[in-house]
Amino acid sequence: MTLQLVLIAAAALFCVGLYGALSQQVVVMVMMGLELMLNGVILAVAAFWWFLTPVPDGQVLLLVVITAMTVEMAMGFAVATLLHRSRGSDMTDSATDLAG
Amino acid sequence: MLSVIVFSALAVIALASGIAVFRVDSMARATYALAVSFVAVGVMLLMFDLDYIGVITILMMVMEMAIMAIYMIMFMGMNPALMPMSMVHNKRWSAILAVGTFLLLAGGALLIPWAARTGSPAADLTASLGEAIMGSKMLVMLTVSPILFATIVAALVLANPRGRYDRWGDELNRPTPDDPQQGGLGR
Repeated sequence: MTLQLVLIAAAALFCVGLYGALSQQVVVMVMMGLELMLNGVILAVAAFWWFLTPVPDGQVLLLVVITAMTVEMAMGFAVATLLHRSRGSDMTDSATDLAG
Repeated sequence: MLSVIVFSALAVIALASGIAVFRVDSMARATYALAVSFVAVGVMLLMFDLDYIGVITILMMVMEMAIMAIYMIMFMGMNPALMPMSMVHNKRWSAILAVGTFLLLAGGALLIPWAARTGSPAADLTASLGEAIMGSKMLVMLTVSPILFATIVAALVLANPRGRYDRWGDELNRPTPDDPQQGGLGR
């Protein structure tokens, strides 16, 4: 197992998530894309930690990424609930009030 | 050699299930596919001896995906497996951007002359993580804790259908609360 192999797997996961986050219309599906992107980030951070400097700092960074993922999910669900209640829809295209 | 084979298999599973998230018709299946992807990455973390991080990733994500499945079913209001419809936009440009980003990242991963490993992992990685967040990296925990608390408050405020301003007015001075059904506690 090499750093390059792990980073390519992480990049692939990140980019699949990027595609989903950009292309999906349903808010929860967009959140799934963001989750996949963070999944790739977690893998990449773990690889950097293991192959370059296996000191505790890298593990702390992983905890921060996992926390970011948790915050994103909690706020995403709350916004999806609010959107569904106020607009009766969970599509991103119906929530463009602040766009442009 | 065995670790390369196992890791590659896990990477293929994580990637295939990640792609399946946006390919399957059923929202429940999409959620389960994402859970499989997270479990595969969690097992990869375990291969890096990250026992604590790997286990919390698997446990947290499986629970999170269970909640997400409920949300998907609750909000979609129909079963896309029975009524297939396209719910995507900008598909072409999204794909081009994703592939371009992958080529950039993969190129960087292959072309950058990575430094050699310095230092060695602690004998007990979980204990070393605990010592770090309770010692030299305590600021991280001190920052993360209020952020998580603020998230709980903000999520409740956003998701709550009726707050005290709905009940008691903008000045909170209504003599009786405006409730759909009277009764309950007064001021």
